[in-house]
Amino acid sequence: MDLQILPIDDAIVLRVLASRVDAASAVQFKDAVRDAAHDGPHRVILDMRQVQFLDSSGLGAVIGAMKQLAPKQRLELLGLTPAVAKVFRLTRMEQIFTIHDGTGALDGATALRNDQAHAS
Amino acid sequence: MSLRDETDTVTCQSWRNELRVIFPSAPLAVREALGTTLEGLRHLRLSCDERSTVELVLAEVMNNIVEHAYPDGTSGMIEMRITNDRDGLHCMTIDDGAPMPGGALPYPDPPLPVADAAEGGFGWFLIRELSSDLVYARIDGRNRLEFRLDVGRKLPSC
Repeated sequence: MDLQILPIDDAIVLRVLASRVDAASAVQFKDAVRDAAHDGPHRVILDMRQVQFLDSSGLGAVIGAMKQLAPKQRLELLGLTPAVAKVFRLTRMEQIFTIHDGTGALDGATALRNDQAHAS
Repeated sequence: MSLRDETDTVTCQSWRNELRVIFPSAPLAVREALGTTLEGLRHLRLSCDERSTVELVLAEVMNNIVEHAYPDGTSGMIEMRITNDRDGLHCMTIDDGAPMPGGALPYPDPPLPVADAAEGGFGWFLIRELSSDLVYARIDGRNRLEFRLDVGRKLPSC
């Protein structure tokens, strides 16, 4: 599971470079977020704009990733696509995360506003 | 014909109004089987929302079989049959893995949106939220799960 790591201001943005977070990738996803967020700033923003499909294992991995952060760290979600947002809504897990619709929420993160220039 | 007689790759047959996808019990095979199934349903011109419902429910059902009917990497095959009718998609999965514990389907409480939320137990909740007419049976040593998805209704022509 590839994550692009972008430090910005007071946060670190972890861009998920995969179209699916599912049963086949949930464990790797959780490990990748843990490694990338280790010793990082208190805001950890998971950029989910490329993720088109998330199943219950993927949802469990996002919750697991949140729970394994350091006590001072918080996991925020950015750009849930409709299929992913539906899973968060149905399970009511949208209530336990700060969810940003667009990149406007990321003050000073100009790099994030241009997807193409920074896609790897 | 035993499901175990099939090859170890995803196979797809479309016969009359029925789509059949047969695949081995493994997470990556589930991914491929989902892609094959959605491709096989393309002619229904499902909306994006309907399509995501189909993909999610089928994924949850398939993953449950992989994780629980064939635990710890036990090999086995899974068959998915889908027909399109006036009231939506009628789906059936067949596997010859371990029976459902207690012979009945789980009926989990809705998840609790709390900071220390459980990391699992969402699968059956999502299946029950998004499907109808869910029936489980153990027949001749096989699991059979049937359900209906209220999408792609075949409307009677005028």
